[in-house]
Amino acid sequence: MAPHPDRSISAALIAASFFAAIVYAPVASAQIGGPQVSDFTLDNGLELVVIPDHRAPVVTHMIWYKVGAADEAPGKSGLAHFLEHLMFKGTKKNPGGKFSQVVASIGAHENAFTSNDYTGYYQRIPRDRLKEMMAFEADRMTGLVLTDQVVLPERDVILEEQNQRVANKPRARLGEQIDAALYLNSPYGKPVIGWRHEIEQLTRDDAIAFYHRFYAPNNAIVVVAGDVDPADVRADAEATYGKVPRRGVFGPRIRPTEPEPIAARSLTLADPRVAQPSLQRSYLVPSFQTAKAGESEALEVLAHILGTGSNSRLYRTLVVDKHVAVNAGAYYDSAALEATKFSIYGVPAADVSLQTLEADIDAVIADVIANGVSSKELERAKTRLIADAVYAQDNQMTLARWYGVALTAGQKVADVQHWPDRIRAVTATAVQNAARHWLDKRRSVTGYLVKDKSVAHVEKRS
Amino acid sequence: MRLTGLRMLIAAAALVLLAPLARAMTIDQITTPSGLHAWLVREQSAPLVVLNYAFVGGSSQDTAEKSGTANLAASLLDEGAGELDSSAFHERLENHAIEMSFRVGRDYFHGTLRALNEHRDEAFGLLHLALSSPRFDKDAVERVRSQVISGLLRETTDPGALASRRWWQTAFPDHPYGQDSDGTLASVPNITVADMRDYVGRVFARSGLTISVVGDIDAKTAGTLIDRAFGSLPERNNLRPVPDAVPGGAGKTLVVGIDVPQTIVDFGGSGIARHDPDFMAAYLVNHILGGGTFSSRLYREVREKRGLAYGVSQGLIWFRHAAVFFGGTATRADRTGDALAIIRREVKRMADQGPTAEELEAAKKFVKASYVLNLDTSTKIAAQLTQIQLDNLGVDYMERRDALIDAVTLSDAKRVAKRLYGPGLLVTVAGEPKGVTPVRASE
Repeated sequence: MAPHPDRSISAALIAASFFAAIVYAPVASAQIGGPQVSDFTLDNGLELVVIPDHRAPVVTHMIWYKVGAADEAPGKSGLAHFLEHLMFKGTKKNPGGKFSQVVASIGAHENAFTSNDYTGYYQRIPRDRLKEMMAFEADRMTGLVLTDQVVLPERDVILEEQNQRVANKPRARLGEQIDAALYLNSPYGKPVIGWRHEIEQLTRDDAIAFYHRFYAPNNAIVVVAGDVDPADVRADAEATYGKVPRRGVFGPRIRPTEPEPIAARSLTLADPRVAQPSLQRSYLVPSFQTAKAGESEALEVLAHILGTGSNSRLYRTLVVDKHVAVNAGAYYDSAALEATKFSIYGVPAADVSLQTLEADIDAVIADVIANGVSSKELERAKTRLIADAVYAQDNQMTLARWYGVALTAGQKVADVQHWPDRIRAVTATAVQNAARHWLDKRRSVTGYLVKDKSVAHVEKRS
Repeated sequence: MRLTGLRMLIAAAALVLLAPLARAMTIDQITTPSGLHAWLVREQSAPLVVLNYAFVGGSSQDTAEKSGTANLAASLLDEGAGELDSSAFHERLENHAIEMSFRVGRDYFHGTLRALNEHRDEAFGLLHLALSSPRFDKDAVERVRSQVISGLLRETTDPGALASRRWWQTAFPDHPYGQDSDGTLASVPNITVADMRDYVGRVFARSGLTISVVGDIDAKTAGTLIDRAFGSLPERNNLRPVPDAVPGGAGKTLVVGIDVPQTIVDFGGSGIARHDPDFMAAYLVNHILGGGTFSSRLYREVREKRGLAYGVSQGLIWFRHAAVFFGGTATRADRTGDALAIIRREVKRMADQGPTAEELEAAKKFVKASYVLNLDTSTKIAAQLTQIQLDNLGVDYMERRDALIDAVTLSDAKRVAKRLYGPGLLVTVAGEPKGVTPVRASE
């Protein structure tokens, strides 16, 4: 669980760590977890994915709505996440905190999260309580009751969450600025948690309208992982979720897309609290959903070779050999409906300027573009990535999240299952081409985090 | 590796939630050919093996002048060992997809190892090298040292770190528990290779070692692999004694001024030792006041009703030589005074009146039933096995735990609430809070 019991592990930052965990911890090739995974759709359009795991009498029950921050109207940033919090305020049938009280009374854990593309709720429960949880979730799919008495304090809560995740953290503030500059047209440019001045104006009516528009069985996916039999899950789901009528028509999720980027951008965030400068760069790249076949997998392997672990190109060159950085790495968010980002970061060594560090980062990228990657590097990256699929078998929560993230980003169960095969198929040429094509500076925003020296920072004791 | 309050809180919460499910789980107590003892759980649902182990002797082995030594040493074990330099060592790990991690707490050095079955021989062999012949090459030492210093620099303006460090320094002045495991900007530059070799030489020994293995592996193979990793270590450790301590500072409120939008508040006091007969009552009372659900009193009063914070919680932390309860929240500067007043009011109300019978029953149900959630992955099971061994609770603890919880009466809970929360709080605040009056002297 989170350090604070926070029902919204949500928002940009966690979404980011989700992706990081998920990109590198996906499930299983067909021979590992695949065959037991079942997938079916109820008459009202609700899709279910069941991942059996019988080692402990525990079940992870998750509902994923196909709506996220990228679906908010202009001026209403933070609304998807605000609604996520408000979903715990009770329904006509189960008023107030009754759902949470029952969850606590059975020793279960619950939480929720929001990203650009999805909003999710989960309980980790003893297996015999699954149907009861389904009944509660089915009830709050349509029965939410909100009054200002509960909405207004919760808005203060998410403002504190924004303080905690972003305002108090210079690196997170820089990340928001980079996203805002990277995405010229896509709603991914807004923070998932929202801009503070817009969060402050969100109302009960905003939340209810958003809820009525997007929360419906035919716009959701339920993922159940754990000690269950798929036939029982189906029966329980039909008896609970199955009673919620289909509502509206949810077609393809069409958002404004990015124009072809043409200008390298850079920005500087100066903050008096920066005791350790750093550099972050994001490139606009395809997600699994928007990529041509194989391209997204090549980017995953590239991110690994460039920036994961002590033998990655960036770490070895900048940190170990040249001593210009204390840390450096790269990561790629493949699971997204729209074009996404490939990011690189570096923390300079003492007395090394961000400009020097950046020049060295550029040289590492230029070398991969010009000379490609070695077969040894390629094999190492694939071994590591594919092994993570086996390790993921050990954790039902990881599996459930991976399916949820992938499916709400438009993938199919088979896409998830065959991920290891697709990684295995990546060639050195594909990796080099991905670097050449996508790591073009004109596609990027580089952010510098520096100390603002115009404001004296004094730690005062009292 | 930074022991912030909140992280410790999570650890503490995780530790205790052990118990009943595991009736279905068989723990084998095995002895290796060389005579090491370990707990083994066979788990055949995934083709992998997880090792979790601990040596007595964490950062409390550091002197104040060299604080951060254990942490720096731990961070260097996979940076070259035996004939392999840093690059070669990492290559061997990556080529076999072996996960090896080291972590230093105040009392223990903790390690984990995870490998696919086909690579487990290699994994235990590399662990042997890391533990018995770390190289501490100059390049690697300076590189890792610069990373630690970079993190410490960042902490100088991180309100969470500032509040937490001040709390521990005040609670445990002149005691190693008051030092941060990462060390300080003054101490870390002075740590030498000789210091790290001294730490490793004193702590990595068969006598202070606790081992747990979970995976698709039989006892004989596990014994052989355990001996490969640990068998050749010296028989006896040679620890610096750590004195028993009682946290001080109850009644103090200390403010670290720093210009940030959100103020961090840490609070706590003297806790209850793991072997104290009142421990389980304390655990339940703590759960009711500020444990990890959406129904705790602090959560309801601070977050739910008033929107003063995104989170507020507290937990019990027990060391070998001290025990504390410790909690925290983060709130707007102009409402810090309100938040703190409510926390104090709730703590006092719990001390004076204890929980209600209904709250106690609900807490018992939760604490019993949620245990199973900590045993659903090999990694979690291995960690729990180690914790049960470190706490000396016995191999049958999982079966006994429900009864221990049920045995707590309402009058126990009230008495222990008084004992735990009666003496008042040590509070540290980082930010520019309004409505908080610093109190420097103990009441």
